[in-house]
Parts: sequence; structure tokens; C-alpha cells
Amino acid sequence: MGVVRDMMKPFELFQPTELDGALDLLSRHGSDAWILSGGMDTFDWLKDRAKQPSVVVDLGGVSELKGIEGTEDGIRIGAMASLTEVATHPEITSRYPLLAESAEKVATPQIRQQGTLGGNLCQDTRCWYYRSGWPCYRAGGNICYANTPTALNREHCVFEANRCVAVSPSDTAPALIALDARMTIRSRRSERTVEAEDFFLGPATDITRMTVLRPGELLTEIHVPQRWAGQSYYFEKVADRKAWDFALANVAATFQRQNGRIQDARICVGAVAAKPLRLRNVEAALRGQSVDNSLLEQVGELAVRNARPLRQNEYKVSLTRNLVKRAIRDART
Amino acid sequence: MPKSRIIGSDFPQRDLLPKITGRARYAEDFRADGMLFAKLLLSPVPRGRVRRLDTSAALAMDGVYAVVTADDFPSVDPPGEAVLTNEPVYQGQPIAAVAAVDETTAAEAVERLRLDMERLPFALDPLDSLRPNGPNARDEGNVYGDEGIETLKWTSNDMAAVEQGRRPEGVEGTVEWSFGDLDDAFARADLVIEEPIVHQSQTHHPMEPRSSMAYWRNGKVHLHVSTQSTQRTQQALAGWLGMDEEDVVVVSEYTGGGFGSKIRGTITDVIPAALARQAGRPVMMRVTRDEETYFGRARTGLSGWVKFGFRADGRILAIDLFLIQDNGPFGRAGDFNSAGTTSSLAYQPEAMRLQALPVLTNTPPRSAQRAPGGMQAIAMLEPVVDKAARQLNVDRLDVRLINAPTHRSPVGPNRSEVTSAYVREALELGRELFDWDRKKELSGQVNGTKATGVGVALSPYVGGSSGVDGLLVIRPDGKLYVHQGIGNLGTHSVFDTAMVAAEVLGMPWEETEIVSGDTSRHLPRSTVQAGSQTTHAHTRANHAAAMDAKRKIQELAAGDLGGAPDDYEVADGRVFRRGSPATGLSFAGIAERAMELGGRYDGHELAEDLHSDTVRSARALAGQGLMGVARDNYSHDGSTYSFVVGFCLVEVDRETGVVDLKEYLPVTDCGTVLNPRSLAAQIHGGGLQGISVALFEKWAFDSQWGVNSNKRFYTAKPVSILDVPVAMDYGAVDLPDPETPVGAKGIGEPPIGAGAAAVACAIADALGGIYLTRTPLTPDKILNAIEGRSPAYGPLQTHV
Repeated sequence: MGVVRDMMKPFELFQPTELDGALDLLSRHGSDAWILSGGMDTFDWLKDRAKQPSVVVDLGGVSELKGIEGTEDGIRIGAMASLTEVATHPEITSRYPLLAESAEKVATPQIRQQGTLGGNLCQDTRCWYYRSGWPCYRAGGNICYANTPTALNREHCVFEANRCVAVSPSDTAPALIALDARMTIRSRRSERTVEAEDFFLGPATDITRMTVLRPGELLTEIHVPQRWAGQSYYFEKVADRKAWDFALANVAATFQRQNGRIQDARICVGAVAAKPLRLRNVEAALRGQSVDNSLLEQVGELAVRNARPLRQNEYKVSLTRNLVKRAIRDART
Repeated sequence: MPKSRIIGSDFPQRDLLPKITGRARYAEDFRADGMLFAKLLLSPVPRGRVRRLDTSAALAMDGVYAVVTADDFPSVDPPGEAVLTNEPVYQGQPIAAVAAVDETTAAEAVERLRLDMERLPFALDPLDSLRPNGPNARDEGNVYGDEGIETLKWTSNDMAAVEQGRRPEGVEGTVEWSFGDLDDAFARADLVIEEPIVHQSQTHHPMEPRSSMAYWRNGKVHLHVSTQSTQRTQQALAGWLGMDEEDVVVVSEYTGGGFGSKIRGTITDVIPAALARQAGRPVMMRVTRDEETYFGRARTGLSGWVKFGFRADGRILAIDLFLIQDNGPFGRAGDFNSAGTTSSLAYQPEAMRLQALPVLTNTPPRSAQRAPGGMQAIAMLEPVVDKAARQLNVDRLDVRLINAPTHRSPVGPNRSEVTSAYVREALELGRELFDWDRKKELSGQVNGTKATGVGVALSPYVGGSSGVDGLLVIRPDGKLYVHQGIGNLGTHSVFDTAMVAAEVLGMPWEETEIVSGDTSRHLPRSTVQAGSQTTHAHTRANHAAAMDAKRKIQELAAGDLGGAPDDYEVADGRVFRRGSPATGLSFAGIAERAMELGGRYDGHELAEDLHSDTVRSARALAGQGLMGVARDNYSHDGSTYSFVVGFCLVEVDRETGVVDLKEYLPVTDCGTVLNPRSLAAQIHGGGLQGISVALFEKWAFDSQWGVNSNKRFYTAKPVSILDVPVAMDYGAVDLPDPETPVGAKGIGEPPIGAGAAAVACAIADALGGIYLTRTPLTPDKILNAIEGRSPAYGPLQTHV
């Protein structure tokens, strides 16, 4: 059979205008339904015919999913808020510059205008073998093409590989984990809230999903608590290009300091494992310490203690170590 | 030719507004009644043989009108490239095409083609093919030798040397040239330096993919294509269709970039023509980005070893260059040769040897890509020159000055002479504009985690041919119509070379119309729009045609108003008697007179030295006004080359390997500047394309499966506008070449090598002398080098 790529197949398109309507549709069509937010992840999949949903539910008309507003305990961000809005909203730039900066590093100005925060969090991995439609573990097969003696795996994981070696592509996810955000998930019948850290799944838990979302479920909003607002922070994304590129590694960190010592810290690295990786051992080692070179060296090593590089990505171990060190050293207030 | 009102003026380009407003029509913007859409079946494997292709299920679908296969096109002997094939030699090679009522149906029909295919062993990396028992890319063999394709394998000892980065003793190229006494020159050298080099292949990435649309009318096929050239594309398309040139009409009003990948259209352009013939309806084939990366051509990778012999003062005495060419699957690419000649010109060695080994690979087909060969050589060799300069403690600008070519310097193995070379002037102008003497003090300075580096690089490339024809008509509306057979691919030369005709004829630029973009509009014999030829060749040709017209105008004026032809001048759209401006005729009147008199004045009688293509067009235009038509017979003694010196300042983050391009300044010798805006676009655009190749662009294949991992812009990573400085200046020597009447040389190509090499040199400088002679210099490679880790690939391994 001939293979066609870069050319969409027809599908049935629903454009609900209310959240309940959207949830009804997702419930009715279950795993046949594809959730379309900004389309920045979706269109590749559909054009390459690697995913062929029969039903697409476009959330673009659901106003309940949009908007950003302050709450008693922090800020609420609708999952359909655009990345540009997240990067420029005064409540976010003033209270959570870490999140604003992470959103501002995503892709390009055009993509940030179109892409949403929810989409950036829920997007699938960018492993090119998987996205090209190869029948790998993540696609339901029984092989990983990216972890062979000849594979191209410069962009793949150095932590927590489990058959699959793909990485989380999101720049905003590490920031939200560092800020201890909570995700609201709704389905037609229920609503639940999970911590940002628990929203993402590694292959050991589920090799075919990147998040805890099940068919019929929707990420509706993100809540960032007051606790880490205005604290010192650091975000950096390292990529080949300054625009339209996914991270080779990124780091998001936030610190509570008192009298020159770190009282508490949250540090998360992205693009080095299948999910954004919170570095609890580093956080623990920092508590109560003042920053000096020996501490930096110590936590840098801690950060990469469990690294297992692949053939082409040993540099990611250095990169992770260096990014964690500079997050602590160069944190901004 | 003295500069005056038009040449050298900053005219806004005529395609600016159509492009910005979307009015400009590219091949895929055309529509025809009843038009069908085509989709392609591509080879899923890098090498194979079609056992059976069953089209019945596809043809049985509603809305499917035609299927074409290899059998519908003229057969081609190996290693030539056929339009469609049953024996694909790279993944993505087109096997069949379907035309249907819409693209959705066509795609579904392609999915219903039943392809039974035998997989054959394939070669991706030239080194794999050279290994003992390594695979051959084709049945005929794996390398190009004297007699065509042959089989050549190296020994395991040779391969062991390669793995250690050394050139194996005794291995030879299948092509060789040399000049001077190499042994003697190396013996006299104070420093001999030898380095392995790897310049990858990479896709051209034109913004417009090679879409095309075809329909048949009265036995002629009309093809709307994306091509660099217009007039010369007609012949190529006719050849692929097995038709007479006169039965092919080529339309290409705008082309969204080609960079050498669409010189005379492209072989897939004719697929819709065959489908349209079979279906009896027009057919549009919109090529996707995915397909563009498969069959849209690529630069030829060059790897190997360079050995330089330097005198203590930095003078280069000897070069020994061994190049393994990643040739792709078809005809022998000439990149290795241009790499040699460009090096011979840039460094002016007393003695030099080039050995080359073009190795066939099952990777996408190659074609020229902006400064083919020259760019790879400059990008790889300039950092090695810097390494020597560091060891010899010679300033890097001075090392370029001491080796710089000048007027009549020799080039290449046959030691022909360049027509002009204002390289020293360009280097000195750049020293001043870039403030080299101060900036070089920043070399290696570390601020926080960032190290600063500066680089300078010299990039020559050929800048012009001669001997084509110019054709223009002054019509009774008083306007000048310059017929241009060259294309409109964004370089502006289709406009800028017509400035010369307006200048000679004293015609206001606003009253000058460019007739181009469609072979039915009667175009003169032109150069192909490639090799930076058009500026040189068509300023000359238009000069010749305008001088012919001017003489005719003067004769007509003298005949009507008395006196001798030489008593008359032209300016502002009229001819008048010198010293008596009121005695004259408007060009509208002149056009009428020419039509009354006929003969040579209106194109009914033509000079005998015109090309038959021009004669055909001139005959069609005869009787429409005063015709200027002439062959470029001006003297052209020597080889024409242009030069760009690139100056660059970078910061390299020593903790991440990220390179930040802070400044880039190109300075050029391209002869007389025709249009400063066009020049800036070329030397900045080309420079950034070079920087793109040096820093970002990826061409990587999974060697087990033979497939390319970067078929989209976001994975292939050409430079983005946010990767480059917001403001960039440039300099131009702006001195005329003496071997052409207008003084202008082509400038499409040398900018790219300058950008690539300058940034590579600047990175090495920032790293305190770690020279990475491989592209692209991505953060992983730089970080590995900084931290002393061995790279994730062999010294000469490609496609990583």
C-alpha cells in the first residue's frame, strides 16, 4: 500500500461553544475523539496520517476555557489561554515571571499566538521515529527505534528510560511544576485536581500516554498558588535555534531565601526524560544552605547521579548539571 | 560605463508590493477549468526494485482520472534520473502519480496502489561504501572513476586509519589535478598542518516547494513551474517529456527560492503534464514540504583531509586536498572540483594537488547549492588557516592579506587568470568597518560563562559568463520593453540587469517595463539563472542590445532631422540634437518611424550571430516598434570571480555550548554595484544561509533504515530571523571589473562561504583554539569539545 504523508485525511469536526457540550462530545466518542486546541501538535499528527481520528473536537469556541484571573490563593489560567497571553499577562509577568519566561521561550511568536498553555502541557513527544508513524512501543508496538546502536538519539532522554527513550517537549511544564501548580481535569461526570508534577507520566507508568488524561477527560484550567509568587526564580531553555525549536534541555527553579540561605526550593528539568523531572534530591540538599561553589558542585552531581546517556546524548548530562548549577547560582528576584 | 542616474541607485524592487500583498502568483496559485490534483507514490526504501505495482484499485475509485508510472516517460540509462522509476535509489524517489478530482481523493488512491517491492542493500555514508565488503549504492558500482562508475573498496587497514582521523597511506582519488612542485613547496614550509574535514550535505529548503501545473492546448503543453531560469527551462522540460522545445510553454512569474535546486525547473515538474495528457484535463501537483525534502535536491557533502604548508609569515606555499564526495545516487556532481579551484584562488598556493573520490550513496539527489564546492571548501579550510595563524602568531586578517589574490591572479589547475580581484581593498575596508584591530582584542575574553570570539573569512566564487543575447523593443507608447529570459527567484537580477538598457537609452526607470516569466512572451537566449551568471552576462547582453537600439535611434533621428547620427543624444525618453535640445523626436515617434521603415529597425532583419532562440523571439516581435537586439560580443578575457569577506563576532556559552551571533559584517568586491538594496539582500541573505549551514542545518539519517530524520523545517532547522542580529551593515568596494562594459560581477554565491567560515572561525577563536572542522556546530558538539569528551561519531562519519 502506498504511504502518504503531509496531507490530512478527512474527519468529522465538532466545534462546541460550551464546556459541557465539549465534554459530552468527548464522552460520546471516547478514544475516537481527538482534542484540538491550538493545533500546533495536532496538525503534524493528522497531516502525517500517523494518527487518524474519526472525530475532532475543536475547543477554540469554548470561552469558559479561556481567560486568566487572580484568585484568593494565586492565579487561574484557562487551558485555552494562548502562550502569548501567558507570556505577557501582567498578573503573570509580575507575580510568576518564571511561568511568563517559560511561555515566552516556546517556539515562535506566531506559534505562541496560536498555541495554548493547555496544548503545550498536553502535547505528545517529538521523538521523530514515533511521530513518523513507526510502530514503536509508544505507538503500541514492541520496539524502540531510537535506542539501537545506530539510532539517532541526540534529542532523547538521559533519565528514567523504560523501553521508550522519548522526552517531554514542554517548556511550560517544568515551570508549572516548580511553581507547584495544580491541574483541573474534567469529564462529563467528574472533576479532579492533580498536582502538576503528577499530571505527567513516564513510560514505566504508561508507555502510550504523556499525561494522566484518559479518553473523555479534558485539562480545563491550571491553578498556580500564591506560595511561590514573587520568589527568586530561574528559567533557561537550551536549544539549537533561538526560535521554532524544542529544548535539548530546560530548567525551571524557584527559591525561598532568608538571611542568605535557601529556605526552600523547587527545581524541575525538562526534555531529558519522558516527563518533566522534579529534582527532589537537589531541593533537599539546598534547604538551609547558603550558595557557594562547593554546594553548586555537590548539587550539580546530585542532579545527574541517575543519568544514563544514550549513544549520542552524553552532552545532555553536562547540560543538565550545568543548568541546575546556574539556576541556583544565577536565580533572579 | 560611467555611473549616472539608474545604475547604483537604491530602487525599490518591483516585486516588493506583489509579494507583500500576496498578489504575486507562484506555480500553485494558478487554476484552470476542470483542473485535477495529483499525488505521488514515493519509494518507501532507500534502494529497491518494483516487482509489481497494481493500480487497479486506485483507478477503480470514483474521481480518479489517471495513473502514470515509469512506463509513461522516456526511459533513461543508468545512472541517469528518470521522472518516475521502478528501481528507486533513494528513499522518497517518485514511483507513480495519481490524478483525481481533489487532493483527498488522490491521496486515498495512492494509498490503494499495491506496491510489491524487493529491498536491496543500500549505502548512506560514503565511508560505509568504501569499507571492505561495504554496500554499493548502485548495481554499476560505488564510485565515479575515469570511465564512469566502478567499484572501489579500501582495506581494513585504511579504514582503521580513517577511524583515527588519519588519511590512509596510499589511497588515491579517482580524479586528480595539480600544479606546481608539491613536494618542494611542502619541504620549504615552516609549518605543515593536516586536518580531517567533514562538510555535510543538506537540503536546499526553498520556501516554495517545486509544485507545478500543466494543461495541453493545440498540441502544446503549458507548464506552470517553480524554476530559477525561464527561457532555459523550456529545453529541460521538453527533454524530460521527449518533446520538441517549441511545443512546451513555460510560465514562472515568481519563484520562491531555488539556491541551485531548480536551475532549469526540476524533473518532477513534468509529472502533471503526463497526467494531464492521459486525463484530458489540467493537473496541479502541489509538492509538500515532506516531498520537497525527499526529491527537492541537496548540497553535495565533502569530507576528507586538507594539508597546508605555511611559510613563517603566513604565506601559504602548498595545499594537498583529498575529498570524499557524498555524491548521491545519480550523475557525478562537480563540487569537489569547485572546492579545489576556489581554494586555489583564495589561498594562491605555489603548488597544489586535489584528489577526489566521488562516492555514490542512496541519499536524496544532489544538485548545485549556492557556491557548490566552493562553500564547503571555504567553510572547512578557513578555520584550518586560523589554526596555523595562531601557531605562527600571525594576525588572521594579515594572513588573508598576504595570500590574497589580485588582478590577473591564477585560478584552478589550468591557471587561467581572474579578470579582477579587489580583495585587499575589501579586507582593508572590512578592517575599518568592523573595527577589526580593536575587536580582535576581545578574542577569547570570558564574561561570566560566555567567551567572545571574532572571525574573518574570505570567500571567492565565480561571478559571471558572457556571450548571450539581449532583446528589447521601444513601442509606440514610448516605453522601453526589456525582454528577459532569466528568472525571478528573488535575486532581483531580472530587474537590475535591465537597468543597464534604461541607462544606455536615457530612459526613465519608471518607463521601462520588464517582459519575463513566460516563454510565450518571446524571450532572448539567456544564461541559466545559476552560477551567479546573470548579473554579468545580462548587463552585458542588455548593454549590447541597448547600444544597438541607440544607434538605430540616432540613425532615424539624423535621417528625419538632418546631420549625422553621432550628432544625436538620448535622454528622458527622447532623442535630440546635441546643443539643440528642441530638435528631436520622442521615443514614441521613433517607434512609429522604425515600424514604417521596417528592416533592421523593427526586427525584420536580424544580425547573423544571434542564437536561434533569440531569432525565433525577435521574429515574433518584429514590426512592433524599434528593436534593439544583439549578441554580447564584448571582450571577456579571463575568469570572472566575486569575493566576500565575512567578519563575525560571537559569544559562546561555555556551560551550554550555545553560540550567540552578535555581529556579522560582509564586505564585497562584486565590481560595480547595480542596486545597493539588491546587493544587501544577497550578501546578508547568503551570509546568513552560510551561518545556517555552519550552526544549525541538520541532515541526519538512521543508518539501519536509511531514512532522513529531518524532513520538516522544525527538525532540519534552517536559521531563523531571531537567530541573527537585528541590524547588520555591509561594505562594498564598488570598483568596476575591467573586462565587462558595466563593471558588474555576479554576487549570488560567494556570500554563503563567507558567513559559514567567519562564524566557524569566530567559534574556534572563542574556544581558545579548539577547531571543529565539521558542520553543523550544534551545542552538543561544542559542549563535548569544551569538556573534552569524545564526539558521538567517527572522525569522518557523515549524516550524524
